[in-house]
Amino acid sequence: MVPFAGWMMPVQYTGIVDEHQAVRTAAGLFDASHMGELELRGRDAVGVVDALITNDARKIGDGQALYTCACNEGGTILDDLIIYRAAADRVLVVCNASNREKISAVVRQAALGRCDFVDQSDETALIALQGPRAFDVLGLAGGDAAKCGELKSFHFRDAVVANVRCTVARTGYTGEDGVELFCGWNDAPHLWRMLLELGGPLGLKPAGLGARDTLRLEARLSLYGNDIDETTNPLEAGLGWVVKFDKPSFVGKAALEAIKAKPLARKLVGFEVTGRGIARHGYLLRNVNGDEVGVCTSGSPGPTVGKTIGLGYLPASLAEPGTKFLVDCRGKNVEAVVVKTPFYKRPVA
Amino acid sequence: MSNVPDSLRYTSDHEWTKDEGGRVTVGITAFAVEQLGDITLVNIDVKVGDDLEAGKAFGTIESVKTLSDLFAPVSGKVVAVNADLESKPELVNEDCYGKAWMITLDAAPGSTSALLDAAAYNAHLKATAH
Repeated sequence: MVPFAGWMMPVQYTGIVDEHQAVRTAAGLFDASHMGELELRGRDAVGVVDALITNDARKIGDGQALYTCACNEGGTILDDLIIYRAAADRVLVVCNASNREKISAVVRQAALGRCDFVDQSDETALIALQGPRAFDVLGLAGGDAAKCGELKSFHFRDAVVANVRCTVARTGYTGEDGVELFCGWNDAPHLWRMLLELGGPLGLKPAGLGARDTLRLEARLSLYGNDIDETTNPLEAGLGWVVKFDKPSFVGKAALEAIKAKPLARKLVGFEVTGRGIARHGYLLRNVNGDEVGVCTSGSPGPTVGKTIGLGYLPASLAEPGTKFLVDCRGKNVEAVVVKTPFYKRPVA
Repeated sequence: MSNVPDSLRYTSDHEWTKDEGGRVTVGITAFAVEQLGDITLVNIDVKVGDDLEAGKAFGTIESVKTLSDLFAPVSGKVVAVNADLESKPELVNEDCYGKAWMITLDAAPGSTSALLDAAAYNAHLKATAH
């Protein structure tokens, strides 16, 4: 167990690699209850959220979810979020645990006089069921649960799972298919135990923060605080696809337009370490002449890709796949090469 | 409780030593392995013939999540390095007191007597667990 954003979180249960493989080949169960859940209710709920985010919340329908960044006026990233539109007057914003207070304050302020705001984080648990057998496991948990297999990606619905009232969303943070289940805090232990009991024979295993990190890295999903933060903007972070410049306005739009008008100075790229070493968050990146040119933001062995992989910011001139550079592993320069991402893409069923 | 063989001597940094008349073989303990998890890389930065001073780093060990330094438990001249670990770091998970020995030092006789015996190391583990 380790402290994480004020929570005690399990790093591993049976071992990071074992849990990682379970998620890739069968299924894994994650306790993601540390995430923040902020609810907006009222006629203007969608509009309030839309003004804060770079993606376009007006383009999704009821029962649909949306990945996005929220930026500050300077165009750098306050947080990455998933927006769940339950109805035109009811929107749930899911934020990172480490940013809950910051985002809660921003959303509460924006909601003032326009709609109701409730921080539900302390009453809401979040359990992620991920992997190729996730829906087989869910199917064992009652009639409603089986219907969730019909959900499209980034859609959600209310359902009773193992006798617990949940909101089931086809979202996740592993690169696998699967669902995330929101439920009441008090119901979570029962739901967790039931799913593990039902899913055990199908290969379902509990998975901790360690596997969550290796899984999301292989799928090149950004980790706030590592790959993105208030010193990085969505365009250089490879998140330009969630910035909708055709929206009339959103916080940070002018700054991002100015950034977009010029060639990017640096880019967040994926790389493989070809020498002997493991790149870690904060290690310096050097060009082949040994000059400091960037920084590693995430890195670890990739259990499924079978290589040591990482993400880091490099000058645009060194960001093309195939470009060789060096990772300064505590004074040792270890060879690495820029590669295309994601490192891992799940096989099409 | 972790496996702590009686025949070895230990450091508070969770390394074991096996002293055979001044030839001191060094590895990491089962407790250290449990804490690190899946070992993915062992780098031994010394070679046969190098002189090592007690407390100096002689390499690093990396698991999926973290990196730890390896420290010389006693002073001495390096007489053997386990080259197998370079290509098979998983040996550390499989057999930390056997096949995953790391280096052997030619040390002064009796230099390991100042290290922890099994009982003292067990007490140290108990204390760090709280």
